[in-house]
Amino acid sequence: MTSLPPPPAKKLGLVIDLDTCVGCQACVTACKGWNDQGHGAPLSDQDARGADPSGTFLNRVHSYEVTPPDAAARIVHFPRSCLHCDNAPCVTVCPTGASYKRAADGIVLVNEDACIGCGLCAWACPYGARELDAAAGVMKKCTLCVDRIDNATLAEQDRVPACVRTCPTGARHFGDLADPESAVSRLVAERGGYELMPEQGTRPTNRYLPPRPRDRIDDEAPLAPLLDIRPAGLAGWLDRVLGRL
Amino acid sequence: MSFQEPELDRSPRVSDEVRKTTCYMCACRCGIDVHLKSGRVSYIEGNRDHPVNKGVLCAKGASGIRQVTAPSRLKAPLRRVGPRGSGAFEEISWDEALGLAVQWLGPLRARAPEKLAFFTGRDQSQSFTSLWAQAFGTPNYAAHGGFCSVNMAAAGIYTLGGSFWEFGQPDWDRTRLFILFGVAEDHDSNPIKIGIGKLKARGARIIGVNPIRTGYNAVADDWFAITPGTDGLLILALIHELLAAGRIDLDYLARWTNAPCLVDETEGEEKGLLLRDDLGRPLVIDKATGEPAPYDRQGLRPDLGATWKGCRTVFQHLAERYLAPEYAPEAVAERCGIAAARIRALAGLIARTAFDEPLVIDQPWTDFRGERHAAMIGRPVSFHAMRGISAHSNGFQTARALHLLQILIGSVEVPGGFRFKPPYPKPAHAHPVPHSYFMPGRPLDGPHLGFPQGPEHLALKLDDQSPARIDKGFTWENPLSAHGLMQMVIPNAHAGDPYRIDTLMLYMANMSWNSSMNTGAVMEMLTARDEAGDYTIPRIIYSDAYASEMVAYADLVLPDTTYLERHDCISLLDRPISDPDHAADAIRWPVVTAERGAHAGVRPFQSVLVDLAGRLGLPGFVTAEGRPRYADYADYITGHERRPGVGPLIGFRGDGSQTGRGAPNPDQIARYIANGGFFTADVPAEARFFKPWNRAYQDWAVTMGFYDQPQPYLFQIYCEPMRRFQLAAEGYHERQPPEHLRARIRATMDPLPIWYPPFGDAAAAGYPLHALTQRPMAMYHSWGSQNEWLRQIHGHNPLYLPTAVWQAEGFRDGDWARVTSPSGSITVPVAHMAALNDHTVWTWNAIGKRKGTWALAPDAPEATKGFLLNHLIHELLPERGDGLRWSNADPITGQAAWFDLRVRVERAAPPGESEPAFPPIDFRGLQ
Repeated sequence: MTSLPPPPAKKLGLVIDLDTCVGCQACVTACKGWNDQGHGAPLSDQDARGADPSGTFLNRVHSYEVTPPDAAARIVHFPRSCLHCDNAPCVTVCPTGASYKRAADGIVLVNEDACIGCGLCAWACPYGARELDAAAGVMKKCTLCVDRIDNATLAEQDRVPACVRTCPTGARHFGDLADPESAVSRLVAERGGYELMPEQGTRPTNRYLPPRPRDRIDDEAPLAPLLDIRPAGLAGWLDRVLGRL
Repeated sequence: MSFQEPELDRSPRVSDEVRKTTCYMCACRCGIDVHLKSGRVSYIEGNRDHPVNKGVLCAKGASGIRQVTAPSRLKAPLRRVGPRGSGAFEEISWDEALGLAVQWLGPLRARAPEKLAFFTGRDQSQSFTSLWAQAFGTPNYAAHGGFCSVNMAAAGIYTLGGSFWEFGQPDWDRTRLFILFGVAEDHDSNPIKIGIGKLKARGARIIGVNPIRTGYNAVADDWFAITPGTDGLLILALIHELLAAGRIDLDYLARWTNAPCLVDETEGEEKGLLLRDDLGRPLVIDKATGEPAPYDRQGLRPDLGATWKGCRTVFQHLAERYLAPEYAPEAVAERCGIAAARIRALAGLIARTAFDEPLVIDQPWTDFRGERHAAMIGRPVSFHAMRGISAHSNGFQTARALHLLQILIGSVEVPGGFRFKPPYPKPAHAHPVPHSYFMPGRPLDGPHLGFPQGPEHLALKLDDQSPARIDKGFTWENPLSAHGLMQMVIPNAHAGDPYRIDTLMLYMANMSWNSSMNTGAVMEMLTARDEAGDYTIPRIIYSDAYASEMVAYADLVLPDTTYLERHDCISLLDRPISDPDHAADAIRWPVVTAERGAHAGVRPFQSVLVDLAGRLGLPGFVTAEGRPRYADYADYITGHERRPGVGPLIGFRGDGSQTGRGAPNPDQIARYIANGGFFTADVPAEARFFKPWNRAYQDWAVTMGFYDQPQPYLFQIYCEPMRRFQLAAEGYHERQPPEHLRARIRATMDPLPIWYPPFGDAAAAGYPLHALTQRPMAMYHSWGSQNEWLRQIHGHNPLYLPTAVWQAEGFRDGDWARVTSPSGSITVPVAHMAALNDHTVWTWNAIGKRKGTWALAPDAPEATKGFLLNHLIHELLPERGDGLRWSNADPITGQAAWFDLRVRVERAAPPGESEPAFPPIDFRGLQ
């Protein structure tokens, strides 16, 4: 078993706006591309041109259909990656100390040198956020791009996770959720950002912003006709319209 | 276990080098930063400085790294050695390949240049490929717009002088209500997503009008689950409501549109045309004098309500038409599948947002009549549409209706509305007209494609009035076919109608698969033989980078590079990438070198065309001494001048300091590379809105070389060129349509927008459902989309069925269905989807692949369960008993009416693999 650090003063994480995400998958392949050549082992693909291709992804986007009883059916796009929990079961379950949570900023990482690929952490994670790379035999997961966010060789504005930098709709936000004044904390406060599956007791850092209410066009008032056009005729309408010019 | 964090390198060096070029994973043309390690591509991300994507990148863009290493890449020129379609080839050298091409093409040019048909698919160099075809002398050239979105492009040009996407975009920073019609995830991908993100960030309202609630519609605040093909009817009902309430922008209509122009109502050959003065200027009545005056006179105040000598204004004609009860919400609700109350609510929302929430930019400007305006008044309602409303047989008029709606609320080229991107706006009359006059050994008489102003501009042979073009573009069947009809080339060439051709040359166009209607029959046409045993289409030359379905049907394959290994220009002469505040263009350059191995290697197709042009001695491509003028495409990009001082790229001209106009600069490409692969020129602040009428804009456009003198114009609510075709159908023109087309031309070429049922609806009785396709955002327009990352995201395409159909037929998860249209049947996997119009089924397009292609395993799901709806769509409509076969296309532009498709769906026993199944292509000789 591996122990968790004391609650970190800084909690880096993502805020993902489900009202804005169009499900375009940009974050998925930007993540794959960056992490294929970045921190740790590459993200391999098996049977890449075959019947059942399967590769390692640290971030996936799922589309769910919601069918409320009293409103039109809807699709919600749901990006899923590690939530960097305060009470991370994937860390405490790790038999080798490979899985750990950084004391300084709360990021949950895997020390691949110590990982034996037993897969216990993936079983322990209630979010399905870890994937065992079939080629490297080690557990892979979102690192919040640890090799980007403090990287002095990158321009300041690029020191964000690859998924955040690439998101075309700006639906993904990165910051310190322990700081109530941070932009991400303010977004969470304004938009009612929520934790995923709080009943699990994992205390995730990431937050999701819920979709705004939809389908309220019926509340809009119709326009009042200028006049009854049947008796007035086109000439009457024209006089009324152009009289207003 | 004790807690100890390993040491991490927090600042690893990302790459050895970053090279900035332009993406080609779709038609969006974003700027990309290509990272290289040890000379190989290691990572691709968006270029933050680039005007299109501003740093972001889509799923396709980041996956481009897998295009270079794809095992489906071709490696050398190929000569067919087995029967067509078999896949049996032998590798040959480039000298042999080019020699063979010259041996085929040279005699054709000397004797009958029209016997070369050169059509390009996802070509981003059309200003170059069209010039090549023009120099060759064939009238038979076009790109893929005829089966894509020509309705949208042409309706926009004829009405506004520009359309959506490359021509203009919503004012994302200011619009407060954005209404999206139909599938739009297929074009302008990242800019629209960036725009939606801006709207969402400030809580602006988004309305989706689409039978399917995926993608952008999934985040829309309101969803109108419209019945396919009825968008025009909905739009005209909105117009009815706005007119009835008087909630239209009268000042805008009077000043900037032809609403105050007078329509000739005297019987005869001028009836329905606009009254004009002796100089040909349309006349309006000046409110100050009550007298007619040319529309552009200084100080003029046009009168929308005038009547003069029995002639009324366009405004009165349009009011009379759209105030009629047939366009009331109640009258259209059932056909549109949208309750009348919701249509009224939407009209109310549009009017209140446009007129009741002031949006003013304190920027004085001067209009073309010399009037100075103190500020720029906005109408913060904007629209976007692309293939969804376009790919119907009523698509042109529907797109016109949408533009009319924008004009009536005064939201085009104003703050918060729809804004043009330079070099647009540019009205139809400022574009070329079509050219099709060919002679042996001579170049064509002008550009192939254009915008006819009347029957005199049709591409008909002067002697017998038969179609001059193999695709019958610009004929009475489809007079305004501004992008040609690529989908008709193979059927017509096979039938020898209007004539036989010798060589079909295609580029990046998968015509034996997902880019053709009636795919199985097209394969048969490509392999059909005449009585002598020769192929009816004698020679096929094809250029592609990958082992696509079309490669198998070529006689000679010219292997292309990927986009990371070539020069290209994203030119203002072509399909621009500007934004409303900047003119912009860009280049591609070889950021990596294509690896040859032991093969002859690949070459960029544009450079191959330059080479062929030199060998064939094509005018413009050789010097006075007959030697090749350009070494390769890069040399052409910097050296070619379309007009003196105006070339493919606007930046760094002359000594490097000139913009827009200037002598060719041999260092131009190096300067673009140093500048990040692109160039932008700011539109002056005073010129940023009201561009068609704004003196500051018009003057700036001339300095930039977009045109040579200011050309202000009025928006064409009333489209006179269409009326000229109607007049011909009424007997008033020396060129007369065939008798069987007279009634249709009179009905469909209405100069004010109309709606008529899509032609496919004639089959509604036996085929109650509409069937649509969309391309997923993560794949659309991505050439070689069987990318190893992307196919893990979108490797399957079930047919999605709405709840009513799912339940009525008793479908269960994992079921298959037989789907039947008037022209064919397929058996495919199905899935349930509730967020769908009750009468619509759909699937993702072009996931299905033929076995043996794209270097996929034979049991890949794309080849076993994937399918195309194309098998259900014929290029001709079913027989009507009149002895004629009518095109399954818009009668105005010839756009392929993909989305007119009607089907019925029944449960079927799972056949194991989707049907129809075709024999695998056994590619041999490619490796």
